Amino acid sequence: MDRPKGLKYTIPQGEIMSPGHLACQGCGATLAMRYALKALGRETIVVIPACCWSIIDGPFPYSSIGVPMFHTAFETAASTASGVLAGLQIKNKHKVNVLAWAGDGGTADIGIQALSGAVERGDDFIYVCYDNEAYMNTGIQRSSSTPYGAWTTTTPGKSFKTLPKKNMVEIMVAHTIPYAATANIAYPEDFIEKLKKARDIRGPKYIQILAPCPVGWKYSSEKTIKLGRLAFETCIFPLYEVVEDRYIVKKPSSKRPVTEYLQLQGRFSHLKAEEISKMQEYVDSAWKKLLKKEEQA
Amino acid sequence: MKIVITGNHTVSYGAKLSRAEVIAAYPITPQTEVVEKLSSMVADGQLKAKFIKVESEHSAMAACIGASAVGARSFTATSSQGLALMHEMLHWAANARLPVVMANVNRAMGPPWNVWSDQTDSLAQRDTGWLQFYCENNQEVLDTIIQAYKVCERVKLPGMVMLEAFILSHTSEPVEIPPQELVDRYLPAYNPEYKLDIKTPHTFGGLTGPGLYYELRYKIQSAMDEALDVIEDQDREFKKLFGRGYGLIEEYRTKGADRLLIVSGSISSTAKEAIDILRERGEKIGLIRIRVFRPFPKKHIKNAVKNVKRIGVIDRNISFGSEGIFYQEVKSALCNEKDSPAVYGYIAGLGGRDVIIDDFIKIADDIKETKSKQDIRWIGLKG
Repeated sequence: MDRPKGLKYTIPQGEIMSPGHLACQGCGATLAMRYALKALGRETIVVIPACCWSIIDGPFPYSSIGVPMFHTAFETAASTASGVLAGLQIKNKHKVNVLAWAGDGGTADIGIQALSGAVERGDDFIYVCYDNEAYMNTGIQRSSSTPYGAWTTTTPGKSFKTLPKKNMVEIMVAHTIPYAATANIAYPEDFIEKLKKARDIRGPKYIQILAPCPVGWKYSSEKTIKLGRLAFETCIFPLYEVVEDRYIVKKPSSKRPVTEYLQLQGRFSHLKAEEISKMQEYVDSAWKKLLKKEEQA
Repeated sequence: MKIVITGNHTVSYGAKLSRAEVIAAYPITPQTEVVEKLSSMVADGQLKAKFIKVESEHSAMAACIGASAVGARSFTATSSQGLALMHEMLHWAANARLPVVMANVNRAMGPPWNVWSDQTDSLAQRDTGWLQFYCENNQEVLDTIIQAYKVCERVKLPGMVMLEAFILSHTSEPVEIPPQELVDRYLPAYNPEYKLDIKTPHTFGGLTGPGLYYELRYKIQSAMDEALDVIEDQDREFKKLFGRGYGLIEEYRTKGADRLLIVSGSISSTAKEAIDILRERGEKIGLIRIRVFRPFPKKHIKNAVKNVKRIGVIDRNISFGSEGIFYQEVKSALCNEKDSPAVYGYIAGLGGRDVIIDDFIKIADDIKETKSKQDIRWIGLKG
């Protein structure tokens, strides 16, 4: 397709990932990988534990990722990446990026010990958690990253999740990690910039990218980007970085009410007005706290 | 150069002489000295390796897998609960065809807490696709680690070298430390055909349906079969260079024997003393020590028991609800043989209970008579 004059690409044009992968239509996690590879280039080795991406890449002998990739067990994204890194270092291959790529369950639940260990050791790799806020690959079970109010197959009907989402970025910050950030598939320029920044920092780096999931969140697949934007604009999933304890927060031009984000998703359709206002209060308070942290730095 | 060192330090020397490039390990009694020594070897530059001080054994094995996948020779050591925690990743290493080598100090599983000798920890991992070597003394531990790398890198499977808690791990013995040049001649650098490499991007371990998975498992079984020959070949080559060889099984005074004891690990030395005493009394009895448990040397055992009438297998391990694990394997190797000998199972020494010469003499007497084949006997069981 011809590009209209005057328009510039804001992200690298080259594609490393191939079409023909096995993702669902409208999958946020797939966009996340596509952008990550654009940012990091072909000098990258990817380690993937059990998650949607175990399937998305394609069945053996096919692969859509375009860079070397090692599938590993659920709780071992970080520990396997530590081994890959050490192997590369002893072989003097210092210019290869090691990217651990895990879902929110593999990060915030079963993989948190290995991740904590690797970050404490200062292992020099990038860990990306693509956060679709539940165990989507196994069929939408709640994880500790599932937000308040959400329906999942293990928080069904009236038993929707009444506990808040685990804050992994703060857990990483508590490790004195050199770089932690959130990202969002609706803002590829921001994500790519953060990955490039992370690549040039030595030590562990953690990025959590919100990856809307049409199947698990119950919305029609063309709304993935819209939901990503609303997650940012409602401040439900703020975009920020923590570099050496310094918070840098991206602010939406105007803060939208959470209902705009919630009403598009079937997983929140059971929520009553009082529950939605409780959620609004929670989001407002978390947003304030975050801005305060930015001020304090 | 001969030095007097503990089994644990022998393991460290074995890893160093094998030029392990990535070590990932977590401390557990009685293995701790292995990692302490390796840490200092890496810290003072004696060993050019990356030492990842992981937060668990599960991560230790995952890190070894990651390192091996990029083509680095990787090593770990553990024991008991630590090995059990690794279980998932033991399968992963074997199924990914990565020749990680580890030492496991055989220690009892809890509860109750018990840090003494017992083989149930490693035998519970028998179906994970790892080669398993059970050593009798510290020299054999050193030599077997070096041999294990050679064999494992040939057959593309991981290998586990066993030494028993305290009896070897903390006992100092004279050990010949071969010169590095000689080890280098025996064991070339690890350079796998396939690895994670940005120049030739491949995906490892991707989703594989029933149409191919089955064949991939057959290939592992074939590699295990091949390993029987490779272990013997490499043991012979090792003997040529270093003057020491061990074989898949060791036959001790089996000539003309109509009765045999079958043992493994450190109790073998005690059992040999018993055989000497019995031979002096004119009894036709010998011993087989099984050194390699996976792959199981069925053919060698069959050949070794050809003229034998009665066998007692002594296990420092138990598969609850069944029998001693070596006993099961020996019986299964012989069950389709014509005129196969009667085989009896004995449990002894669990959780570090001493197994003494007299115990073996009693077992030798016990197998003289026909017993119900279902019985296993517990040696020295308190009423």
